[in-house]
Amino acid sequence: MVEFRMPSLGADMEAGTLVEWLVKPGDQVKRGDVVAVVETQKGAIEIEVFETGRIEQILVDLNSKVPVGTPLARIRTELERKAGVALAPAAPPASVAEAPPGVLPAAPRPSRPASMAPPIATLPSVAGRARVSPAARRLAETHGVDLATVTGSGPSGAIVRADVERRLTAAPASAEKKRPTGLNLDAMRTAIAAAMARSKREIPHYYLEHQVDVTSCEQWLTRTNALRPPGGRLLMAALAAKSVAVAARRFTLFNGFYHDDKYEPASAVHLGIAIAIRGGGLAAPALHDVDQMPLDELMTRMRDLVQRMRAGRIRSSEMSNSTITVSSLGERGVDALHGVIYPPQVALIGFGKVVARPWVIDGAIGPRSIVTITLAADHRVSDGHAGALFLAEIGKLLQEPEKL
Amino acid sequence: MTAPAAMIELTYRDAIREAIRDVLRRDKNVFLMGEDVGRYGGCYAVTKGLLAEFGPERIRDTPLSESGFTGAGIGAAMAGMRPIVELMTVNFSLLALDQILNTAATVRHMSGNQFGVPLVIRMATGAGRQLAAQHSHSLEGWYAHIPGIKVLAPATVEDARGMLWTALQDPDPVLIFENVMLYNMTGRLAADAGAVDIDKAVVRRTGRDISLITYGGSLWKTLEAAAALAAEDVDAEVIDLRSLRPIDDATIMTSVRKTRRAVIVDEGWRSGSLSAEICTRIIEQAFWELDVPIGRVCSEEVPIPYPRHLEIAAIPQVPKIVAAAKIALGRA
Amino acid sequence: MTAVTDKPRLSRAHALDLLKQMIRIRRFEDKCAELYTQEKIRGFLHLYDGEEAVAVGVIPVLEQRDRIVATYREHGQALVRGVPMTAALAEMYGKQQGCSRGRGGSMHLFDRATNFYGGNAIVGGGLPLSIGLALADHMRGDDIVTACFFGEGAVAEGEFHESLNLAALWGLPVLFVCENNLYAMGTALAISESETDIQRKAACYRIASEAVDGMDVVAIEAAARHAVRAVRESGKPYFLECRTYRLRAHSMFDAQLYRDKAEVEAWRHKEPIVRFKGWLEANHMIHPDDLARIEAEIEAEIAEAVAFAEGGTWEPVEQLTRFAYADEAA
Repeated sequence: MVEFRMPSLGADMEAGTLVEWLVKPGDQVKRGDVVAVVETQKGAIEIEVFETGRIEQILVDLNSKVPVGTPLARIRTELERKAGVALAPAAPPASVAEAPPGVLPAAPRPSRPASMAPPIATLPSVAGRARVSPAARRLAETHGVDLATVTGSGPSGAIVRADVERRLTAAPASAEKKRPTGLNLDAMRTAIAAAMARSKREIPHYYLEHQVDVTSCEQWLTRTNALRPPGGRLLMAALAAKSVAVAARRFTLFNGFYHDDKYEPASAVHLGIAIAIRGGGLAAPALHDVDQMPLDELMTRMRDLVQRMRAGRIRSSEMSNSTITVSSLGERGVDALHGVIYPPQVALIGFGKVVARPWVIDGAIGPRSIVTITLAADHRVSDGHAGALFLAEIGKLLQEPEKL
Repeated sequence: MTAPAAMIELTYRDAIREAIRDVLRRDKNVFLMGEDVGRYGGCYAVTKGLLAEFGPERIRDTPLSESGFTGAGIGAAMAGMRPIVELMTVNFSLLALDQILNTAATVRHMSGNQFGVPLVIRMATGAGRQLAAQHSHSLEGWYAHIPGIKVLAPATVEDARGMLWTALQDPDPVLIFENVMLYNMTGRLAADAGAVDIDKAVVRRTGRDISLITYGGSLWKTLEAAAALAAEDVDAEVIDLRSLRPIDDATIMTSVRKTRRAVIVDEGWRSGSLSAEICTRIIEQAFWELDVPIGRVCSEEVPIPYPRHLEIAAIPQVPKIVAAAKIALGRA
Repeated sequence: MTAVTDKPRLSRAHALDLLKQMIRIRRFEDKCAELYTQEKIRGFLHLYDGEEAVAVGVIPVLEQRDRIVATYREHGQALVRGVPMTAALAEMYGKQQGCSRGRGGSMHLFDRATNFYGGNAIVGGGLPLSIGLALADHMRGDDIVTACFFGEGAVAEGEFHESLNLAALWGLPVLFVCENNLYAMGTALAISESETDIQRKAACYRIASEAVDGMDVVAIEAAARHAVRAVRESGKPYFLECRTYRLRAHSMFDAQLYRDKAEVEAWRHKEPIVRFKGWLEANHMIHPDDLARIEAEIEAEIAEAVAFAEGGTWEPVEQLTRFAYADEAA
């Protein structure tokens, strides 16, 4: 039994209306006989059958408009096997990429999207030459945004308007007061209040503590700094920041953003450094790619950041896009801090004061420098097991400061 | 150290004639056909004297049958000859457009690479002689739209002399557009000047401040504009495209990257012209280098008028090029 | 003028061959129609039903070295010329095993091996091309004839006149074969030509011409022998008008509003296969076994061609921009 289907008669024929049957069930037909008339946009066209046999059943009513390929009738053929292509809905040979009837044969799926145009070679950017779209440039100019500190999200890392907009909304104080630089502490406090409240409201925090022996860090710092001028000396804070950043690279559940019920790990580690500001402010400006930053550079930048922050000379562009934050209150004298995560981040590492404590090493008790580090993490993204490993990793990294 | 070749001075017309003479001598399969190329000596006197030298089989006068003899050139090329079809001007080439587009440009592709069309078609183009609307077109930009052919615009005596041989060696159809205003132009050429490439643009004048991109008849106006700009302390770089299909993107972008400003000079009508294509390529490939919008100097949106002052106003001129450059430089 | 040598030697073998060639084309076209309704063949499809005698009568008279230019209704010419049925059908499927690598489709069958220069979708577009091919041969003094097939619709195009003029003027070895099937798509000859006796137009260009019954394969062969010999010997063009009829519509998607069904039926009774078969039977030159054998052989060949086309492969999309220029084709 084979099916006689609505034929395609033209490249732009999608459907046809059967207006006349010239045969009825029981009639014998042979290949080439005209069996029906189809009305198309071009007029009535007689359609022929390509099978020889007997009409068994008419499947479609008169005056119904049916798409090309619709079975119209069933024919019982006399031959067991038809040479060539069968009209029956037989599965096409597996080796051939067949298209379902009514559809153009599909082009083979290329391994990558086929390029219709010759490849457009964009000139590689010259080192130091930022790509900034005209629209972004204008906006930055109007609002006094320093483009040197904006990260671009456009093609090939170009700065587009949205990047500048993001910079502006991240520092509402600047935008509102229309001052190109400088901070408004009242506005900042309000913003902090809102952020902290939201954090505690939305983020299910869990906390872990870990005591880390940083004696080797101190020893290494002493040795290293002995050879340096005061201005070039390294502080524990740099080691702390670097170890967190390096660990965060591996433990991706703690370095990223939680948005719209979804966690997105960040591709880079931009470490937020929590800094207290004279007058009661608090901010956590970001240093970019800290995991890859050499210690000296990190130290310099941290120093610079703190200095400017405390003087109120921070750039609004530095305020956003931390992927994880580290907070140190060691200088204030507390042993440990249990922080509040800055949304949309998902973790905050706290460092307490470095304290000399009795410690057991190789079975003997001796004085060691111990610091308590804490992890505040978003329980929607990670759990204690991962958090513990993360903290342990930080502790491990701090055992080999020369490798940071 | 070899002695420098002797330099000769000759017209663009002479250079083309020399080129034709040279190819006819070198390859017996080469022949030239077109209207009035033989007994008349060529509408622009390019082929003057060649009939006597090479005979009527190789310098073949045709009836006024652009489609017929262009198709004949295509067929002869497919069958192994190396014909040069001369269409008197681009204005009459429209009668042969079907053969050029639907046969010459498509045969290789349609036959799955079984047959190619190694044909050269030469035609005069451009305005400037008060020949009015039907005799003043610059349609090389249209032809540059078609995949399957190559399009050249020799603007110098050296290119007029050297592009023909290279074009004849090409296995695909090559169209050569000779601007009518260049035929009388004289230039200096090495006596042994030979074939040149047909796919690279050339920087005719290096500069720092702005890239002036042009081709064909407009080259000399652009160079003149560059000289005028230099007097005002603007250092313009002038690029002669030489090939309109393919366009030498690399040379253009290297220039724009340096100068960050571009003005394109194109004798076609502005809308949908080749200059629009070049503009878009610069935006696609060198957007971040640009400091100002790209400027264009094209023919005005009007059929080319007959009276001299109107014709002058209708097509690109030196003052307009200078003005466009100044706008780009913020000195309007 | 009509030498004895022009008369086809109608041996039984030759007669059966003529018949088989015509039936082969008919069955192939029929299969194409079927495949088209199933969307295996797409775009436009122009079938040769009723006109088989023209291709079968003319083309075997040509030599291997001769050249053929045809139209978009060229399956018949291609098959008779020797373009493999497998390659032709694969081409119509768009598969890269097609004679034009699948790039052309039904209207652009090209085959270098058989000097088959397409396949042309522009009415009249092949005429200047044929002039050029002949011009090359003429300039080199080669004994080659170019046969150019075109419909009577083409005679309205300027290119027809330009080409005839050039062929006559320059003395080019072109055999112009006009397949006058009375309709240029949907426009009847009577309402498009002031002079409907087509071969008379050739006379205006001083080209020798004749008209022949396009439904009579033997008459066509005789005329073709004469014509080809004339072209070859004189180096001048010749014009052969074959008066035939198109039994199917112009293309698949044609409601044939422009002609009467009765007219089509009338022609169906005198179409070339019916006529020749009848004549052979009346002259006892054919047995029923012959017919059965012919049909079986053709059916097998078609089945093989279908399998070949079905089993063919699509050219990778990454190769899209190849074959615009020679260097990209490498």
